[in-house]
Amino acid sequence: MSAEAVMTPAGAGLKLRVQHLGMVYERDGEAVSALEDINLEVSEGEFVCIVGPSGCGKSTLLNVLAGFLSSTSGSVTIDGEAVSGPDPRRILVFQERGVFPWLTVEGNIGFGLSKLPRAQREERIAHYVQTVRLQGFENAYPSDLSGGMKQRLQVARALAVNPDILYLDEPFGALDSITRVIMRGELLRIWQTERRTILFVTHDIDEAVQMADRVVVLSSRPARIKDILTIDIPHPRNISSPRYLELRDELLKQIGLAYEI
Amino acid sequence: MSSIAKPRAWERFFWPVFVAAMLLAVWHYSVVLTATRIFPSPMNVEAGVVELLHKHVLWAYILDSLRRVALGFATAVLVGIPLGLWLGWNAAAYQVFNPVLQILRPISPIAWIPVAIIFFGVGDRAAIFLVFLASFFPIVLASISGVSSVPPVLRRAGRNFGLSTLELLRRVIFPAALPQILVGVRVALGIAWLVVVAAEMVAVDSGLGYLVIDSRNSGKRYDLVVAAMLIIGIIGLALDLIFRNVERIKSVRWGFRNAS
Repeated sequence: MSAEAVMTPAGAGLKLRVQHLGMVYERDGEAVSALEDINLEVSEGEFVCIVGPSGCGKSTLLNVLAGFLSSTSGSVTIDGEAVSGPDPRRILVFQERGVFPWLTVEGNIGFGLSKLPRAQREERIAHYVQTVRLQGFENAYPSDLSGGMKQRLQVARALAVNPDILYLDEPFGALDSITRVIMRGELLRIWQTERRTILFVTHDIDEAVQMADRVVVLSSRPARIKDILTIDIPHPRNISSPRYLELRDELLKQIGLAYEI
Repeated sequence: MSSIAKPRAWERFFWPVFVAAMLLAVWHYSVVLTATRIFPSPMNVEAGVVELLHKHVLWAYILDSLRRVALGFATAVLVGIPLGLWLGWNAAAYQVFNPVLQILRPISPIAWIPVAIIFFGVGDRAAIFLVFLASFFPIVLASISGVSSVPPVLRRAGRNFGLSTLELLRRVIFPAALPQILVGVRVALGIAWLVVVAAEMVAVDSGLGYLVIDSRNSGKRYDLVVAAMLIIGIIGLALDLIFRNVERIKSVRWGFRNAS
C-alpha cells in the first residue's frame, strides 16, 4: 500500500508488546473474566485506537497497560521491560475530573516537575501552556475552565513530564460533539509535533477512524481482539472520502452495528 | 438566590433590625411588667457592658479565653489533621482506632471537666485540654471522611507522576480533602468557643466563663452576667466570620461551591 510510509512513523521500533494478556477478577465470589488472550504490538510513535462496545474492558486494558491494575496472566513489556506499576514515563489521561482542582493551570502542568530547577520548570510549563493553547489562563483554576480546556490541561500536564507513551481513556467522552471534533484536531497536531506513542480508548468509531494509524477492535466481555484495522489514509483526513467511509463501515460491521439505524 | 425571591435593598436591613428590636422590646416590657429586681432590663445590660468595657479586667479575660481556645484548638488541628489523614488512608489503622473514636466522640467535653482537673489541677492547662478534646474529634472525623471521598482518579493521577505515599498524602490527598477538613475545623472552632466558657466556669479563675459565674456569685450582678453573655456571643460570631474567609481562599474554594 502506498500510504504505508505515511502512517508508520519513520524508524519505528517496537515500543509496547502485550502477550497473552488475561485478567480475571472476583465479583460476589464469582470469577469474572474481563480480558482474554490479548496480543498486541505497538511501534514507537504510533497512534493506536482501541474501540469496543461499552463495558467490554477497554478501560481495564488501558489501566493494566498503565500499571494501575495487574493482569492475571500474560505480560506487558515496554522497551523490553515488564510493566510493574504506574510510571511517569507513561501517563494516563482520564475522561474527566482528572485535573487537580486546587491547583492553577500552571500548578497542574508543573505537578510532575517538582524535581526540576525552578527556571527549567517554568520554561517547561510555559511551553506546554502554548502547546495546548491555554495562554492567558495560566493562573486560572480548573473550575473556571470549560470541559475542553480541562482536558487540554490534562494532556499538557501529561506531556510536561516528557512521557514516551500517552494513554488516553475516552478523553473527549464527556465533551459536546463540536468540542470533541476540535479536540481531535488539537490532539493530532500535538501528536504530530511531539511524536509520542499514543493508545487511545474510545467508543466513538469516527474518532478512531479520524485519528488512528491502527484501530484495535475488542469484542464484548470478556474482551478479546476481534480485529486490528490499519487506517491507510494520510492526515489531514477527508472524512467524506470513499476510503474513509469504507473503513468506517468496516469498523461498524466489526462491532456489529452496520446498517442498523 | 433566585431573582424572584430577592428582597429589596431596604428590606434586607429592615427586617433583621425589626426582629431584633421586637425581641428587645419584649424583653424590656417583660422586665417592667413583672417588676423583677433580679433580672436586668436591656438598659441595665447596656450599662453593664459599658461598666465592663471600662474595667481593665474585661480585656484581660477576653485575652485569656482567646488564648485558651487558640492553644487547645491549634493543638487539635496539628494532631487531628495528620491523624485523620492517616486513618482515612490506612484501612487497617482505621479498623483498629475507629471503635475507640466512636466511643469517645459522643462524650460531652463538659463531662471531662472533673477528669481534666484531676490530670492538670485547677488552672489554664485543664481548660486548654478541654478545648483540645472538644475540637479534636470533629477535626479527626472530618479528615477521615475527607480522605475517603477523594476521587480515585486523583489518586491515580498522583501515583502516575511517581509520588511516594508520603508525597501523595501531602500533594494530592490533603489538598483534595481540605475543603471537607475545613468544614470540620470550622465546626470544631465553634465548639471550642462553647467549651472554653464552660471550662472557665469551673476550672479556672479568669476568662469570660469565669466572668459570668463570678458576676453571679459576687453580688448577683445579673446585668453583668447578661453583658458577659452578649460579649461571648459577639466574639463567637466574629471567630466564625473570620474563619469563613479561609473558605474563600482560591485553592479550596472549588470544594465549597457546587464543584465543577
